[in-house]
Amino acid sequence: MKNSLHERVADFLMRYPPFDRLKRTDLIGLTQGVTVKYLEKEQLIFNQGDSTHSVFYVVYKGAVAIEQKDPTELIDLCDEGDLFGLRPLVLGPVYQLQARAYEESIVYAIPIELFMPMVHNNPPVADFIWASFQTNTRNPFSESDRGQLYAAEYTIQSGNNIEEPHPLDLQPIAHRGKLVKCSPDTPIVALAKKMRDHKVGSIVVHDKVRPVGIITDKDLRNKICTAEVSLEATAAEIMVSPVYTCLENVTVTHAQMMLVRHRISHLCVTVDGTSQSKAVGVISKDDVLMAIGQNPTLLIKAIMRAENTSTLKKIRVQITHLIQRYLDRKIPTNIIANLITELNDACIKQIIQLQLKKRSEPPVAFAWLSLGSQGRSEQLLQTDQDNALLYQDPPDGREDEVKEYFLSLGKSVTKNLKTIGYEYCPAEMMASNPKWCLSASEWKQNIQHWIQNPGREEVLLSSIFFDYNFTYGNKTLVESLSDEVFEQINLHPVFLAHFALGALQSPPPTGFFRSFIVEQDGTNKDRFDLKRRALMPLIDAARVLILSHGVKDVNNTQRRYEKLAQLEPQNEELYMDCATATKDLIKFRTKQGLAQNNSGRYIELSLLTKEEKIKLKATFQAVKHIQELLKLRFNLTAMM
Amino acid sequence: MWWKKPKQLPEFWQRYLTLMDSPPPKSLEEKTFVVLDTETTGFHPKKDRIISFGAIKVRNNSIILADCIEFYIAQDHYDAQSAPIHGILQSETKNQLNELEALEKIIDYLANHYIVAHHAGFDVRMINQALKRHGLSPLKNKVFDTGYLHRKSLIHSPLVDRDKIYSLDELAEKYDIPKKDRHTALGDAYITALLFLKISHHIKEKDKRLLYR
Repeated sequence: MKNSLHERVADFLMRYPPFDRLKRTDLIGLTQGVTVKYLEKEQLIFNQGDSTHSVFYVVYKGAVAIEQKDPTELIDLCDEGDLFGLRPLVLGPVYQLQARAYEESIVYAIPIELFMPMVHNNPPVADFIWASFQTNTRNPFSESDRGQLYAAEYTIQSGNNIEEPHPLDLQPIAHRGKLVKCSPDTPIVALAKKMRDHKVGSIVVHDKVRPVGIITDKDLRNKICTAEVSLEATAAEIMVSPVYTCLENVTVTHAQMMLVRHRISHLCVTVDGTSQSKAVGVISKDDVLMAIGQNPTLLIKAIMRAENTSTLKKIRVQITHLIQRYLDRKIPTNIIANLITELNDACIKQIIQLQLKKRSEPPVAFAWLSLGSQGRSEQLLQTDQDNALLYQDPPDGREDEVKEYFLSLGKSVTKNLKTIGYEYCPAEMMASNPKWCLSASEWKQNIQHWIQNPGREEVLLSSIFFDYNFTYGNKTLVESLSDEVFEQINLHPVFLAHFALGALQSPPPTGFFRSFIVEQDGTNKDRFDLKRRALMPLIDAARVLILSHGVKDVNNTQRRYEKLAQLEPQNEELYMDCATATKDLIKFRTKQGLAQNNSGRYIELSLLTKEEKIKLKATFQAVKHIQELLKLRFNLTAMM
Repeated sequence: MWWKKPKQLPEFWQRYLTLMDSPPPKSLEEKTFVVLDTETTGFHPKKDRIISFGAIKVRNNSIILADCIEFYIAQDHYDAQSAPIHGILQSETKNQLNELEALEKIIDYLANHYIVAHHAGFDVRMINQALKRHGLSPLKNKVFDTGYLHRKSLIHSPLVDRDKIYSLDELAEKYDIPKKDRHTALGDAYITALLFLKISHHIKEKDKRLLYR
């Protein structure tokens, strides 16, 4: 039976190759057998070594990561319209890689038995499939073999949205400074010593004119340590030969393509790029990985050049890789946080600009505000989006029209932010919500109301809003709003006491015997809520204290404590403890988040080492002391 | 009762009653959900009639496209007021069934599966009224309402109005589901099915038992 649903699925598929080469009637026939599958984030579609399914998949919404296991390595990220899992159905009984939902996704599962006859009867489709299998590119029919950042060893991507070559891909890759080499008759022991002295993992075997082979740590392990080859042997007996060579200044993509295509881990750089000339250097898999996303300036440029949301989404994935690498290299958290905030800000700005381009000029000046962790420059991982929009008071009679313009802008910006990975705020504190998209005087009224009537809800709202940070638009609007906040607080000092009381509402991190208090029920049962029980008290306390000093423009919690230490030298030690604790906790959360591909809010205690637990508990001391200080300073014991 | 000659029930209804006696599968993976939508002449369960019916099956987190139904029901009275909403005109009367034929199709399709619909109460009431007109008793299937499930998935916060009633359009937007061909029964059933899959994962662990009832 033909009906609107099959038509709908067909409409989607025909936008992407190879389906665009199928006849409409065939396509409708194909959709009869389609199953629409919902995938939870992290859910496996197939595992490495599983026997193949009778279907292959096309991503309809979301993204699917194709990965190698042990060690886990991302091979490809499949986006909307990308096809995966077809090659193993043709080539082998089992899957060589695993497919995992990178985010919440919906995929179409298409039965191979319906598809194969169409391939055989339709030469253009067959050509596409075989060409993509052989060349390992996603779309062999695109103008040039432009290559992919994650060399695509499994997928065929859409040809409709041919993107500009990624600026990062075409960066030349640097090979290691000095070439470590030996002659074919060098004894194993001597070459191993040479590798050790130069601290390298590979050595090029070179005769008088050209490189003839390469020996890596792996060869020593597999051939010598297993006693398959004797220790008295020479380089020529264990080297891998021939070597794969390339020219100097080869691009990142090209190098990576070669490594993946030949399943090797090292490339030899030679004078003329062939194996007939002298070797000058080596490029390893690690060098390639380092080159990808290593340079934040390039990332910023790539963000600013992005012409659509799906390009930004791919850049976001690289930003995550960058954080991981920085953490591995033990770069201080606040430096990473500043950098990531810049990158996040650039992404948001670019999205706003792209959305502005699509519509008429804004009727009045406006400003986009980031709230919460992004506003405090503490957002390392993507968490929920909290934002607000503020616009100049519209001329009389045009209020509705202006409001509508900015609400619609807010809606499309938040929607696109969600697409690149910022989840919607569960409490709907977003510029798409009419309550958070207001004119300057409406915001001022709100602030007056919160400060003059500090009930539970008002305190909660102001604690979220007062961390706002200017992201895009007219800065003067934001400054006059800040002036209003401080003026109101001066007029109504009792607000601060209520605000401080609010800061003490977070439940304590440890129980009577200094054991962690874990969540009692829900999905996160028996996990420790790092955000609510440890980070929030510190963040809340810093906000109250900095407001009480009337300090503007310091939003970051760590910097707030450092500023407080300057302002109150008598409490310097406590404030510096709090600064350190904040830094440690954020780092902790980020590491957890990276390991689990989520916001890192909940911690599985059983996975912590003893040392980590002690470190974590040390930060709780700071929490306890700062809460006592608040109680005393604002005279809260009477109110509690 | 013995003095009253038992009325001969239609064959499909007897099949249905037998099926309802057998217990449905226990595990969530094996359960079959029939996601349905009806387009009606209006919102009054007694006065108004079902114009078209669309339904699709969901099993093990997947929507099975091969197994969906959609049909129109011949109307004895035609209400010009509701036609603009659904875009169905009297003249467009392809594969129309009469009410009893339609009920047979619906009942056979539902079998002993679980019913899912957006604001399910209304759709079930409309079907029950049609059953009543033919001397049959109300549906016995268990029913889930995506509107209710969504409310269950919301966080507890003074900032969130958990009592707000969400339309299918609003929820589709919230959950990022494309709204193509809204207002055909099958199109709406499909959107509701996607919504159901998404919501059942967002629902809090303790509320998951709603689905296991």
